Amino acid sequence: MIAYRQPLPLGRSLLLGAAGTLAFLGLWAGLARSGLVLHMFLPGPLEVAERFAVLVTTPFAGGTLLAHLASSVLRFLGGFLLAAFVGIPLGLMMGWSRLLDDIVTPIFDALRFIAPIAWVPFAALWFGTGIGGPLLIIFAGAFPPCLINAYRGARYVDRRLIEAAAMLGTPGHRVITEVMLPAALPSIVAGLRISAGLGWQSLVGAELIVASTGVGYMMVQAQGAVSTTTVMVGMAAIGLIGVAIDLGLRLVEARIRAHLGQA
Amino acid sequence: MSCIRFEQVDKTFGGAVKALDGVDLTVADREFVAIVGASGCGKTTCLRLAAGFEAPTGGHVTVGGKAVTAPGPDRAVVFQQFALFPWKTVAQNIAFGLRNKGMPASERDARVAAAIGMIGLSAYADAYPHQLSGGMQQRVAIARAYVLEPEVLLMDEPFGALDAQTRVVMQEELVRLARKNPRTVLFITHGVEEAVYLADRVAVMTRRPGRIKEIVDVKVIREAERWEDHARIEDVMDLESFVHLRTHIWKSLREEKGGVGH
Repeated sequence: MIAYRQPLPLGRSLLLGAAGTLAFLGLWAGLARSGLVLHMFLPGPLEVAERFAVLVTTPFAGGTLLAHLASSVLRFLGGFLLAAFVGIPLGLMMGWSRLLDDIVTPIFDALRFIAPIAWVPFAALWFGTGIGGPLLIIFAGAFPPCLINAYRGARYVDRRLIEAAAMLGTPGHRVITEVMLPAALPSIVAGLRISAGLGWQSLVGAELIVASTGVGYMMVQAQGAVSTTTVMVGMAAIGLIGVAIDLGLRLVEARIRAHLGQA
Repeated sequence: MSCIRFEQVDKTFGGAVKALDGVDLTVADREFVAIVGASGCGKTTCLRLAAGFEAPTGGHVTVGGKAVTAPGPDRAVVFQQFALFPWKTVAQNIAFGLRNKGMPASERDARVAAAIGMIGLSAYADAYPHQLSGGMQQRVAIARAYVLEPEVLLMDEPFGALDAQTRVVMQEELVRLARKNPRTVLFITHGVEEAVYLADRVAVMTRRPGRIKEIVDVKVIREAERWEDHARIEDVMDLESFVHLRTHIWKSLREEKGGVGH
């Protein structure tokens, strides 16, 4: 019997993770060798790894893999930071002011159901292949979790802390920056993690269509050249960078929780 | 002059739950009044009305002759669950209210240091609340209120969350503080002994909807029987006059409990 979510020692957890990954690679390698799928469309893991190493130094579609990734990451950071700088203050202020909440919530609720990818045609019309298009699309993906989590964090602040601040004669802007913001921080950082994930996913989607550099652009070019290995290198790189971004934000989250004594 | 006055105060929550029904109570300037009552009788509601966290459904709540409309630093509150800012140090928590007053930093620092000294936590000025025991946290909350030099102190079961030993120490400290630096105090508790030990007058509240059933003047007896000659709380609690008052209030409360079948 496997008990419900029984905790395992860290060593075993890591081992199980490694075993799962190996099984996946084994299955992939087996399928690639079996001849069931045309080799052209399903190269084995080793070939993809080799191609990965080659692309790190050799340019493809106007740049090395690292150059494409750098350009993608920069775009991502632009849209993600924009979403955070607009979404977090707006979410906090909506948590503070019922008036603002009532004004913004209906339009926000409608807009957030337009998937980032659904913004692509509009972004392409507006910005062509310029920087604005990908920024808008990443923003569309990254913005909702920033706003929602800041709002929720602010709404669920311990009421007594707000009351304590009020009886100490604290003006509204200081209640927001010194009480609601720190109290909502764990929720905000959790939102940033979701936001980064969605933003990074949307970015690559955007690059498939509107960009002239970046890892998504590289993959589209590789598709044209029927280089499945290059396409798969792009997919692997997207996954790895995504994991790295999430890991970084997870560390930030853990540090903040430890600082607030909530670890 | 900063007396707290409740005049025929009603409070109904959500149009259905009547918490207070015609409460009349006056806390005179520099007087220490405790309200005792069973849990859920509306005594905390009285304090929240005086603090300005809630508005009465009927009647008037005034402090210093002015109707209470919003919370403010002239009426500092000490909460049962401390309500310290967890991301601020002891010194920053105590300084928080002073920063709203816009006084020079040097004066503020001096007052914060004096307040931390007063509660005996100078070694913990840079500690965060979660690093302190419950008793230490409540001392910080009291200092945070006292440092504002408010006319009125509102204390909502401030020692309810503390263990018995710590509570006794805090009660003795509060008596010392209140003698040295008297304020108008409204103190909410369900502890009869605590109320008799601390207060000048004890108001007994009925079960919901809460009314003031009886007001017991402790101060007259305390001064006549010279309680202040006894430094320790247990010695005061052994005095015949103390036991008599306590028993009287206990009985008054019990009649309330019997009626509802608890």
